Amino acid sequence: MSASGAAATPDELKQRIEAGIPGASAAVTGDGHHFNAVVTAPAFSGLSRIAQHRLVYDVFGAEVGDRIHALSIQTRTSETESIA
Amino acid sequence: MSEESTNPMREQIQAAIEDNPVLLFMKGTPDQPMCGFSARTVAILQSVGQPFAAVNILPDPRIRQELSTLSNWPTIPQLFIDGEFVGGCDIVTEMYESGELQQALGLDASQAPEAEPVPEPEAREAAPLTIENRL
Repeated sequence: MSASGAAATPDELKQRIEAGIPGASAAVTGDGHHFNAVVTAPAFSGLSRIAQHRLVYDVFGAEVGDRIHALSIQTRTSETESIA
Repeated sequence: MSEESTNPMREQIQAAIEDNPVLLFMKGTPDQPMCGFSARTVAILQSVGQPFAAVNILPDPRIRQELSTLSNWPTIPQLFIDGEFVGGCDIVTEMYESGELQQALGLDASQAPEAEPVPEPEAREAAPLTIENRL
């Protein structure tokens, strides 16, 4: 559907996460196949980790595991939340 | 796509999840993980001293397909504790570092590491449940 064929880039993932999850900001690194995304969104508030990660995976649907070979996710509800 | 249509693969997966208190679906085996994320998750379970069953999803693509449909989770590995989906490598790592994993496993919380790095994978005697042998 979207941008298939071309290799995925961290910037593309960042933009799609931020467009797909209300209020989200994302920091994405990656080599075109394996990506790591740190996503901060108020929408995560009150959700389990599993539900938070699903919101991010849902942005990419079947591309995860395929065009986006691996996507590592860390989620935060706010910028001030500690990383640990 | 009727729900009650017989789906032996899905039933096998469901039975495995119900039968094994701690079950890891992974790429490869605990002794020979075929992916860094699977290796890391195995290493965490080993480091907390938790015996677990493992299913290698690689031999048959249908395992992963059915598993992901069942769990609504796109990636491997996937850890189940007491029949419940707990998460993949990222979540298991976070839970390990915070001590929540040890808690969920009913282990002594004092075993929680003090922000120790995730241990390196190491070889281990394991009795992996090979779901393909059950079919």
